[in-house]
Amino acid sequence: MQCQECGKRPATLHFTKIVNGEKTEFRICETCAREKGEIIPGTTGGFSIHNLLSGFLDFNPGSHSHNPSAKIPENLRCEECGLTYSQFSKIGRFGCSSCYKYFNDRLDPLFKRVHGNTVHVGKVPKRAGNHIQVKRKLDELRQKLQERILQEEFEEAARLRDEIRELEKTLSAE
Amino acid sequence: MPNLRFTEQPLSKWMSSGGKDSDIVISSRVRIARNLLYAPFPMLATSEQSEDVLKRLEDVLDDERIQAFGKLYPILLEDLDDLDKKILVEKHLISPSLANESKSGAVFISEDESLSIMVNEEDHLRIQCLYPGFQVQEAWEKATSVDDIFEDHVDYAFDDNRGFLTSCPTNVGTGLRASVMMHLPALVLTGQINRILSAVSQVGLTVRGIYGEGSEAMGNLFQISNQITLGQSEDEIIENLYSVVLQIIDHEKAARETLLKESHLRMMDRVMRSYGILSHAAIMESKEAAQRLSDVRLGVDLGLIDSLSPQVLNELNVMTQPGFLQKIYSENMSPGERDMYRAMLIRDKMGK
Ligand SMILES: [Zn+2]
Ligand SMILES: [Zn+2]
Repeated sequence: MQCQECGKRPATLHFTKIVNGEKTEFRICETCAREKGEIIPGTTGGFSIHNLLSGFLDFNPGSHSHNPSAKIPENLRCEECGLTYSQFSKIGRFGCSSCYKYFNDRLDPLFKRVHGNTVHVGKVPKRAGNHIQVKRKLDELRQKLQERILQEEFEEAARLRDEIRELEKTLSAE
Repeated sequence: MPNLRFTEQPLSKWMSSGGKDSDIVISSRVRIARNLLYAPFPMLATSEQSEDVLKRLEDVLDDERIQAFGKLYPILLEDLDDLDKKILVEKHLISPSLANESKSGAVFISEDESLSIMVNEEDHLRIQCLYPGFQVQEAWEKATSVDDIFEDHVDYAFDDNRGFLTSCPTNVGTGLRASVMMHLPALVLTGQINRILSAVSQVGLTVRGIYGEGSEAMGNLFQISNQITLGQSEDEIIENLYSVVLQIIDHEKAARETLLKESHLRMMDRVMRSYGILSHAAIMESKEAAQRLSDVRLGVDLGLIDSLSPQVLNELNVMTQPGFLQKIYSENMSPGERDMYRAMLIRDKMGK
């Protein structure tokens, strides 16, 4: 099936747009979806980012059927807030922070599509995330250590090795 | 009593100084989204839970380090009437969804209105910093230091892998949305805008027109912001936005020079024609106002008009919106009356 927007590329995304309770289905290609979703989000006649997300969530690679309930286990729900995965895929919002844990297995493809990435590398809260900062620092030092060894700068390598040992100690003490 | 100081003046104090590259970048904004551990996100929270979140976040206002950012005024959304809410939205101090949909929604606004902290919007906490001109780095630094202070008092929902957990999957990770509002009339006039905007969206940024009552981009204003919040560090996000905006500034400058050099008379005519119409028209629709104000702003920036300050134009951008018009003239006006009052207001401001 061809994209309804450009008529050129094959349609890979299915959208449900609901305006005043009236449901309209769209079949469009990813390029057009991105354009639509990004350039006129939330405006009348446009796709909102949450419509776009639902499109991503319902996206079923290699299949022409558009029946989300067929592939989502009925019982998949967040035990903390009660949100089901199918509700999540309709509204495009999590109900609580535990949803991330309960839906975790299904989130990588979504995040990959939205962000191109699945793992956070930015700021870490100081109290909750001290060990993450230590882990990151360790990775960095280990890499430096490898470089020093390759360049045969052994004095500096020894210093780095000691620093790594110290950090490993603080990590295991936690 | 609700605090009405923020809805009386159209221009926030932070806007009165121009800031870097302010002939092209109108403003820079950074927003970070945070949630508290153990409370459902606002969408599913009960009234009690939302009130509790508000209380816990409000307590942070007592911290001296927060007070160092200038006095913050807490405002409960339920204490505001619809018109005042509308005006706070028009000034970008709160989001439409905080105004319309939130339970125990509140906002803490700093004296100069450069810092606004929303509570119980889509996420429990949204820290927003606004700066004039191209100061996205400065806005980020302020936002992150406010974030640090909140973090000292409350436990955030954070995951080793996913970062800061947010209600919407598009904010997870850093929770950071950095954006700049750009005035790009020369790129629009020379027909280069679409090429540039599509190039921008290739590098993980999004572009939005600034919408008026319809759905068309108005007044050649474009908001450029980061799309990705997961898998890039805050510094990478800010730097990426910074370098792309810098390039757009260069393109816009070059296009302005070309226009001045190759079509000086036509530019002069366009700018002065819009100036004339704004100073004399009796009916002014919002879309026309935005376009004419854009022409006049370009005229001021290019030195073709020297009798107007950019501040007057910033002021008019805010004041010609429906909420402010209602505030100034009459709460109950039809769209037709609105166009009349809009024309009157612009004449007053320009006719000096
Ligand atoms: Zn297409
Ligand atoms: Zn949940």
